Amino acid sequence: MMMSENVKKAPGFKQNMTGFMQKYRVGAFFQKYTMLIALVAVTVVFTCWPGKEGLILLPPNITGLIAENAYVFVLATGMLMCILTGGNIDLSVGSVVCFAGAVGCTMMASGVNMWVAVVVMLGIGLLIGAFQGFWIAKLHVPAFIATLAGMYAFRGFTNVVMNGLRVDITNETFLNVFGTGKGSYIPDFIRNSSEAINGWFTKDNTALVGLIGENYITKFNLTCMVFGLAAVIIFILMRVRKILIQRRLGISQSIPGQIVSMVLIAAVMIWLSFQLSCYRGLPMVLVWIGLVLGIYQYVTTKTAMGRHLYAVGGNEKATALSGVKTRNVYWFAYANIGLLAGLAGILTAARGKGIDPTYGEGYEMDAIAACFIGGASAYGGTGKVSGMIIGALLMGVINKGMIIIGVDANFQKVVKGIVLLLAVMFDVMSKRQKR
Amino acid sequence: MAKILLEMKNITKEFPGVKALDDVNFKVEEGEIHALVGENGAGKSTLMNVLSGIYPYGTYEGDIVYEGQVCKFHNIKDSEKLGIVIIHQELALVPEMTIGENMYLGNECGHKFSIDWNKTYSEADKYLKMVGLSESSKTLIKDIGTGKQQLVEIAKALAKQAKLLILDEPTSSLNEEDSRALLDLMLSFKKQGMTMIIISHKLNEVSYVADTITVVRDGATIETIDNHGTEPVSEERIIKGMVGREMTNRFPRREDVVIGDTMLEVSDWTVHHPLYPERKVVDGVSMYVRKGEVVGIYGLMGAGRTELAMSIFGHTYGTNISGSMKIKGKAVKVKKGADDAIKHGIAYVTEDRKGNGLVLSQSIKVNTSLAHLDAISKHMVIDSDKEYAVAEEYRRKLKTKTPSVEQLVGNLSGGNQQKVLLAKWMFAEPDIMLLDEPTRGIDVGAKYEIYCIINDLAAAGKSVVLISSELPEVLGMSDRIYIMNEGKFVGEMKAEDATQEKIMAIILKSGRGE
Repeated sequence: MMMSENVKKAPGFKQNMTGFMQKYRVGAFFQKYTMLIALVAVTVVFTCWPGKEGLILLPPNITGLIAENAYVFVLATGMLMCILTGGNIDLSVGSVVCFAGAVGCTMMASGVNMWVAVVVMLGIGLLIGAFQGFWIAKLHVPAFIATLAGMYAFRGFTNVVMNGLRVDITNETFLNVFGTGKGSYIPDFIRNSSEAINGWFTKDNTALVGLIGENYITKFNLTCMVFGLAAVIIFILMRVRKILIQRRLGISQSIPGQIVSMVLIAAVMIWLSFQLSCYRGLPMVLVWIGLVLGIYQYVTTKTAMGRHLYAVGGNEKATALSGVKTRNVYWFAYANIGLLAGLAGILTAARGKGIDPTYGEGYEMDAIAACFIGGASAYGGTGKVSGMIIGALLMGVINKGMIIIGVDANFQKVVKGIVLLLAVMFDVMSKRQKR
Repeated sequence: MAKILLEMKNITKEFPGVKALDDVNFKVEEGEIHALVGENGAGKSTLMNVLSGIYPYGTYEGDIVYEGQVCKFHNIKDSEKLGIVIIHQELALVPEMTIGENMYLGNECGHKFSIDWNKTYSEADKYLKMVGLSESSKTLIKDIGTGKQQLVEIAKALAKQAKLLILDEPTSSLNEEDSRALLDLMLSFKKQGMTMIIISHKLNEVSYVADTITVVRDGATIETIDNHGTEPVSEERIIKGMVGREMTNRFPRREDVVIGDTMLEVSDWTVHHPLYPERKVVDGVSMYVRKGEVVGIYGLMGAGRTELAMSIFGHTYGTNISGSMKIKGKAVKVKKGADDAIKHGIAYVTEDRKGNGLVLSQSIKVNTSLAHLDAISKHMVIDSDKEYAVAEEYRRKLKTKTPSVEQLVGNLSGGNQQKVLLAKWMFAEPDIMLLDEPTRGIDVGAKYEIYCIINDLAAAGKSVVLISSELPEVLGMSDRIYIMNEGKFVGEMKAEDATQEKIMAIILKSGRGE
């Protein structure tokens, strides 16, 4: 009886499914969010790993993930701008990170004011970027080669500056502002401001213990949570404003889809700020990463220069004939990644409490991989900051997860390579289907 | 009745969401030249891709019967084995390789691990002679012109022992002379018994060369016209089948032509080739355009028309440019670079919309605003609402067919891409518009719409320079016509005095160096 009913229903169900798939464009959804889905899947796998359940999502591990990958986010942002111009990459960033760090550390070690050193490090990055950009934009040296030369040269200069020896940083303020140590968190000034509020966070307060959990209640960082909630509110207001404007202009949009994505992102933001609040609070490096990502999200989507980056990568001749000085666009991209390499140098030096002549090796490759996993086209013209963030996170989670479940360090790079290959393959395949 | 060589029966081919071919029936007799005509997107190329195995057996419905056998091609190799060879519109030649290497690419003589170069080059030379090329097969492809490259493609097809040759728009990038030579070559092959299918937009060529003409519209074969008679089929007759209605007037009338003062004046304009600076590409040209006027520049391909326009447009082509330019009566010195030309109110709408005109990977919106971002941004920050409104306005004005202005330009048809390109330059608000082959490669219906836009531009007081190698278009659209040949202006006449015969006579005369 049951069997025959099932058999009868089967074709109807199949039709319903295809109807459903077409109506809600499930295929298009998967295509658009492949890497996001992969990120979630990978996180779930590590979370459910037998014997290591939930470890990767513990607050210290999340903070660690951000601290360890700060340089990837910063450099990949710059790399994305270069890749947009036509799949051009910058191989020199690893060396520039180390060189800028080396100069800054040496200056601080000889007693120069820390802020002067910071400005010098950023300046060095910018100058090197502008110099390499000049060769690429004005003298038409292929970017690959100009930056390969830079990669050798600045690694060499680093050794010259440091005599091949490590330089330590003792400046506490520098380490606190840019580093990832114990002091490098935004202090909980809200709890510290009043005894009354501070008094809530005891193990006797059953309501809050129920909410936060016994382990974290006494150390809970209220400031971080408040910042997180404020960010969520600002995010929701901006999204709603965007939806309303689009409606007024009659731009076709799926409002349920937008609301679902808005709620999901807001939930992730709340969850993240909660996790951070449970451990030491808001790390300074997250502030720097957020600042960089926010600025460049804006640059790529809202400014004329951002538009020119995409246009040059899409069709350089057409862009030049539209009155855009295309060579200056290249110059901008490379000067810009130099500046960001300077910042990454500061962060790397602060995290390492000093600088080794080998720091920064392979950083360029991590940045490039994050961009391509995040859906940037190897021919330029397409790619988003949001995609790059997901690419960097995916790499970071895989790294962290492999350490947690105890994969042999020798195999970790193999896995990274395979992930890169698979990610780009999915991307290429889904784009080919669209035709 | 001659033997039927090929019959395609009830071919239906679907792509996700679109039926590209719907129950198509198509017959080709042995030893004839069969033309396939239709608007862009009508399904001609899809049909030929089914025939040549690019869309393998099983992805379409229906049967291909070739020489009495039902064929199931799984790839191009299968169809080539039977002598069905297709020459695509875009030439598939490697510029840095020799003619011989190109001809046997993927089909190498001798053994896979030991190529017989002597045989390659001697065989290649044999086939080159058959297509009337005197070049050695050891010449590099990049050293010969497009016309000759097209002939190499044909020689390559012959080397594959073609029995049924399919030519997809073989003359689209050739000048009139080379086109004619190619068509005559086709006729001489026919005498030797070769069967050919030609796809073309150029209806005069079709009626010249074809024995039978099949019209395709919206994925179906509409009619088959016999062209064996002494009197060739008229273009109007073919167009009627293509668009499904009589096109009584191919060029819209202009109402109330008001022509004002001189807007742009160029005198003694000379441009040298960027790579061979001793060669003059444009030689002492003087011209002017008035407000509200459409000036046609007619010339064969290679006459220097594009080079003239681009050199005026901010020296974006050429070196050692000399001559003077006046805009609104004032002498101006345009700096190198398109941005300065745009500032002076000049716009150049390129003939190569995919290569030089549009960013195909970006949306209609982004392309529309690209040349005039200042107008929609403040302190370098783009106002995306304003941008959307602008793109939407031009979409409506130019009747661009698209679901939304967020659509990627690469997904649009040729005619709609051309409209986006025009929208981009109209939004730049120029006084002078240099339109270079604005209707190249687009179908009859879209052409008419582009003509209407040109008329509107002139009526709005713009000065329009219309560069074209289609004589009827220049005659039908312009108020005044310049005739260009070998870098020089060889004639100027008012539209009402001009005829095809007069213009061709001037060009022939100048060609003889008199």
